[in-house]
Amino acid sequence: MTAYAAPFRPIRSRGHFTHEDFMATAMIEAKGLKRTYKARGKDIEAVRGIDLRVEAGEIVGFLGPNGAGKTTTLKMLCTLLAPTGGSAIVAGSDLRTDAVNVRRKIGYVSQAGSTSPEAVVGDEIISHARLYGIDRATATRRGKDLLAALDLAEVWSRTCGSLSGGQRRRLDIVMGLIHQPTLVFLDEPSTGLDPQSRANLWTHIRSLRDTLGTTVFLTTHYMDEADSLSDRILIIDHGTIVAEGTPAALKKRVSGDAITLTLRDEADAQRAAGIAGGLEGADAPQTEAHVVRLHVPDGGRALPVLLAGLTKAGIDAIGVDVNRPTLDDVFLTLTGRSLRD
Amino acid sequence: MTFFRDTWIIFSRSMRLSLRQPLWVLIGLLQPILYLTLFGPLLQNIAATSGFQGDAWQVFVPGLLVQLGIFGGLFVGFGIIAEWRSGVIDRQLVTPAARTSIIAGRTLRDVVVISVQAIVLVGCAYLLGLRVPPAALLIGLVLVALLGAAFSFISNAIGIATKSEDALAPLVNTLALPILLLSGILLPMNIAPRWLQIASDFNPFKHIVEALRAVFRGDFTNPIVWIGALLAVVLVVLGAWVGARTLTAQTR
Ligand SMILES: Nc1ncnc2c1ncn2[C@@H]1O[C@H](COP(=O)(O)OP(=O)(O)O)[C@@H](O)[C@H]1O
Ligand SMILES: [Mg+2]
Repeated sequence: MTAYAAPFRPIRSRGHFTHEDFMATAMIEAKGLKRTYKARGKDIEAVRGIDLRVEAGEIVGFLGPNGAGKTTTLKMLCTLLAPTGGSAIVAGSDLRTDAVNVRRKIGYVSQAGSTSPEAVVGDEIISHARLYGIDRATATRRGKDLLAALDLAEVWSRTCGSLSGGQRRRLDIVMGLIHQPTLVFLDEPSTGLDPQSRANLWTHIRSLRDTLGTTVFLTTHYMDEADSLSDRILIIDHGTIVAEGTPAALKKRVSGDAITLTLRDEADAQRAAGIAGGLEGADAPQTEAHVVRLHVPDGGRALPVLLAGLTKAGIDAIGVDVNRPTLDDVFLTLTGRSLRD
Repeated sequence: MTFFRDTWIIFSRSMRLSLRQPLWVLIGLLQPILYLTLFGPLLQNIAATSGFQGDAWQVFVPGLLVQLGIFGGLFVGFGIIAEWRSGVIDRQLVTPAARTSIIAGRTLRDVVVISVQAIVLVGCAYLLGLRVPPAALLIGLVLVALLGAAFSFISNAIGIATKSEDALAPLVNTLALPILLLSGILLPMNIAPRWLQIASDFNPFKHIVEALRAVFRGDFTNPIVWIGALLAVVLVVLGAWVGARTLTAQTR
């Protein structure tokens, strides 16, 4: 499988999948998935009936603030938690009726870790692999390769407890990939990693997809991670998916790119605002002293046109800034809250 | 069959981890030895005057063996809570491994540890003067293993169901105390008042201890032997059932 471009896909209304939806190469197909926890007689609706579909070979980011229901959704899709409503086909098998076959094909890296501190790294990897029917020799070879790929080459004989937090996180990921799953679930994979290991992990995840065709479903509360790693993003808030699309398409849903022009004086600013307002798709420019702000659908295209217009009118811009919207702006627009909180 | 393979894999991992902490194994071995050396001599004197049948060691060692099986198994739940915290249980549950293996493998490890402790105990008792038919020793070891398995299943199940040491500790103690006091392990029940004797009749462990004492006296054909053996097997089946159910309920 080579580079994969996922089309923008509008959110479906609940429960309206057609026959064709199940014929395509869907790796995850969930309908009305719901989980209500009972805690001290109170019902906590952690996941409120979500529909989602992940194609084979896609890297999908599940983005949302803490407590949004990401882990709960993942645990349901991994057969660790029974849904209180809805259904799902995961890696070709029904979650409810054929959990064993789901388990054979998926890998899961939990948010909570996966190894005993007293255990030796190599022993943990081999024993885990054997539960998938992989022999020792293969497990050892694959385990060492994976460790090396994630910059952990030298830890094979160390105890898990002696690793740093970031190393242990990468070991969790190695464990989740040891049986070469067709679909892998990563719950907050880069929490606790330094920027270098993070970039390295992203490269590895992309290469997994590119070389083995692995489908990746990862949760994150980091916008940059969702942005740079995912083909497609699902944004979840309060147990509901509030938006879905490629990072670019999602960002287009907010006001577009912001252009900020700084001019010599207020008179110039007034004239510049008039010219900028004529740009294709621009909103009404806001003028404040000698600064003009406006939004356009595509800053990269609009900027040369704007600058040419200013030159033609004999106006000197002393500063220009183009800011692309972040996923945080998207989240803010959708929910009125920032992801950063 | 995948159940046996998976159980073996889980067992090997747990066993290796136990062996990596030899101090705990050592402490586990020390306990029965302390009982023998510090409590045994005391009982020697009591046995002569009280209602025990047979030689003091023949009375005392079966009690200690049953106690080892019960207590050796009862406290293993703390270990599985720690494993759940570190994410190991979920990691294993997400594999295609047979659900029951995930608990059975750990119980098998506990049985091995308890059996080794029982062998050490019997060896020490022999040095101190215990003399019984070899078949009796074998039956004693099997019985300890069965009790260990039953209680390990139950303790692991409680651990996984509560996921809290604070809940497990009082539960285990509440379970252990009446079992111990009404079993005649340390003192013979026939010196107890009538109502206490009747209460103890409802304690299966009293009959199991009685069975093992009969065996140690060489009284293999005594019907109590069959009753004790049957009770032990029923307990293992019950424990395994509870354990398996609890683990399956995890993913509910
Ligand atoms: N075992 C549980 N019992 C009760 N409530 C829970 C349990 N697990 C999670 N929750 C609640 O469900 C909601 C979603 O949690 P979670 O799926 O872990 O969110 P996220 O992974 O997005 O941070 C939260 O409000 C959380 O407190
Ligand atoms: Mg989470």
